[in-house]
Amino acid sequence: MNFNVKVWRQLNAKAKGHFETYHIENIESDASFLEMLDILNEQLIREGKDPVSFDHDCREGICGACSLYVDGRAHGPDDHVTTCQLFMRHFKDGATITVEPWRSSAFPVIKDLVVDRRAFDTILQAGGFISVRTGSAQDANNILIGHDTAEESMDAAACIGCGACVATCKNGSAMLFVAARVSSLALLPQGRVEARKRARSMVQTMDSLGFGNCTNTRACELECPKGISVTHIARLNREYLKAKFRE
Amino acid sequence: MAQGIPFAREYGGYLANRSFGGVQVSRTFYARGQTGQQLLLGAYASLNKEIAAGTVKSYPRHEMLDLVVINGEAKGIIARNLVTGQLERFGAHAVVIATGGYGNTYFLSTNAMNSNGSAAMQCYRKGAYFANPCFAQIHPTCIPVHGDQQCKLTLMSESLRNDGRIWVPRKLEDVEKLRRHEIKASQIPEEDRDYYLERRYPAFGNLVPRDVASRAAKERCDAGFGVNETGKAVFLDFSEAINRLGHQKVAERYGNLFEMYEKITASSPWEEPMMIYPAIHYTMGGIWVDYDLGTTIPGLYAIGEANFSDHGGNRLGASALMQGLADGYFVIPVTIGDYLSHKFAEPRTDIDAPEFNEAEKAVQARIDRLFSINGTETVDSIHKELGHIMWEYVGMAREEEGLKTAIEKIKALRERFYKEVKVPGSQYEFNQELEKALRLEDFFDIGELMAYDALNRKESCGGHFRVESQTEEGEAKRDDKNFMYVAAWEYKGEGAEPELHKEPLKYEFIEVKTRNYKD
Repeated sequence: MNFNVKVWRQLNAKAKGHFETYHIENIESDASFLEMLDILNEQLIREGKDPVSFDHDCREGICGACSLYVDGRAHGPDDHVTTCQLFMRHFKDGATITVEPWRSSAFPVIKDLVVDRRAFDTILQAGGFISVRTGSAQDANNILIGHDTAEESMDAAACIGCGACVATCKNGSAMLFVAARVSSLALLPQGRVEARKRARSMVQTMDSLGFGNCTNTRACELECPKGISVTHIARLNREYLKAKFRE
Repeated sequence: MAQGIPFAREYGGYLANRSFGGVQVSRTFYARGQTGQQLLLGAYASLNKEIAAGTVKSYPRHEMLDLVVINGEAKGIIARNLVTGQLERFGAHAVVIATGGYGNTYFLSTNAMNSNGSAAMQCYRKGAYFANPCFAQIHPTCIPVHGDQQCKLTLMSESLRNDGRIWVPRKLEDVEKLRRHEIKASQIPEEDRDYYLERRYPAFGNLVPRDVASRAAKERCDAGFGVNETGKAVFLDFSEAINRLGHQKVAERYGNLFEMYEKITASSPWEEPMMIYPAIHYTMGGIWVDYDLGTTIPGLYAIGEANFSDHGGNRLGASALMQGLADGYFVIPVTIGDYLSHKFAEPRTDIDAPEFNEAEKAVQARIDRLFSINGTETVDSIHKELGHIMWEYVGMAREEEGLKTAIEKIKALRERFYKEVKVPGSQYEFNQELEKALRLEDFFDIGELMAYDALNRKESCGGHFRVESQTEEGEAKRDDKNFMYVAAWEYKGEGAEPELHKEPLKYEFIEVKTRNYKD
């Protein structure tokens, strides 16, 4: 297959970016989108040009690093996948493919398609954990947890922190990300005790970092590679409100 | 509990268990098909807790490029800030590396793309012994390679072998037809299928350990029965399980894996069997450590896959997770205290000490050298060649001549690398090609070390199979009389043969046996 790839090029955080279009030939339809970019980079290096920087690591949809906006959609034109799980057979032969980094002021560009997602770390450091020291906690079988509760918590724990919810939200809100963590821990007895404090602190940190508000468009749910439901946002709102009334 | 991971629970509320490859009982706690990932997220949450408390400072997008040793003790590291490209010095009373395994020496593996053995190699070059490098685990259930453009192999969960049956056709003419797409696997009648694992290992069947299952797949493919165009794939068939358990039960157990497989290959496991082939997955070898996880350099500790300690010659399912947690949460916090308690009186390490200057100068020289070559080949194209050499000669079956050839070829490839590689851009920017080039330099050293170790170990053991040492039925044959030791290698300079130190293995309470998977 042959493609024209229109890629966002930006030297560093301060430089002004622009699009550049490259032609690429003989791509296998079974190749993944990132393998196509690897091949493009081989070609650019051989031509003496600067290869396109992009973040990637696990290449099996679990690390959340491949933060690409492809043809106007977070992680490209397939539902509930990361970019590394997107395959070239989803594109028409000869198509022009537009590739951009995540669009969010809270995720500044480092270079080309690589963005700085440390804002997510900062949110998690505001309470996305259990305060008990690992190793000192009691045996997990001492506190029973119902099967369905554990499963519901697991639905939310599947979040890989990729940032697609932020990138796809018209408000640039990180509510689904925050909700996944808050909801997963609030459902478990060991996380329950700190649930309100956690909700308040994580939401405040999210707001202070320049993420937008949630207006319930549910766009995040559609693009989430793990299919995390917005019902977790409802649980976050509930925890947050309870915390607010207590103040 | 304290990590906040929702482990699977029974309806009564207790932790649920399931079985894994190489075991015959259910004894593994799990969190859906992503236990490892959940443990990682739990550990990351615990780290965030410490960062929030101010007890840990984290430096994301930094890569260690050298270990600094002062008066024989580990006192810090040199790292490169991957965003600005600046070299930075970090001084300390002790250094702990938790940098994972070296499976990416083979280029194609199930490891994440940025996994590398560089930190371990830097420690090795500074005097830490490297133990059992040849023990690499090859996982039997990976999606086969589709072509030259591939750069990463995807692991399908081992749990699939609980209900999937592995087979190839009995007749070569069926194989030919499959490769020409004239027939589908489901059209081959039952009597013309060879369920080779069930045939060879009636007791364990499809649940034999990973090394056994991998070698058996290779044996069938080498005999010409590989079922895809490249001849390097076998079937993993769920039709019997679907008939026995029903669609719903199978979907509950493996639905997400079937979906993932279909996404990657565009073929549905509900209709046609999956195709799988072995791939590099884990490395049991690593930096030599004692019971305190201390290396041969005082003050340097290695934990997790980066050390060699827990798995012997072959790791069983789920035990890498156990090691990661045990080393990090339970062993090192207790053992490192003993070392540090003797260091309280010492002042903070001076990062302007001559040893830091020298280490930084050496790193700078390495970087300058890479940029000065300005050849015509890309880092990845040379890494792919190294991968081919490793898979061919230091892969699933190794023999003396092949291993000697591998050492020669790696040396020659390294020479070509220093003449022909092209590293674009400059040091002081975000430069992924420079990162890869620096790692590839270390992969050459690891590859060579693996070959030396494999050459020395003339027996078949665990993840290491020597063609010269097998039974009449083609099973691995150990030589406990001569090789019951840990092979710890000491660095002797670039290109020189490393020196072997033997740590004998003494078993006081158990009798050493060969496991039997047949009956």
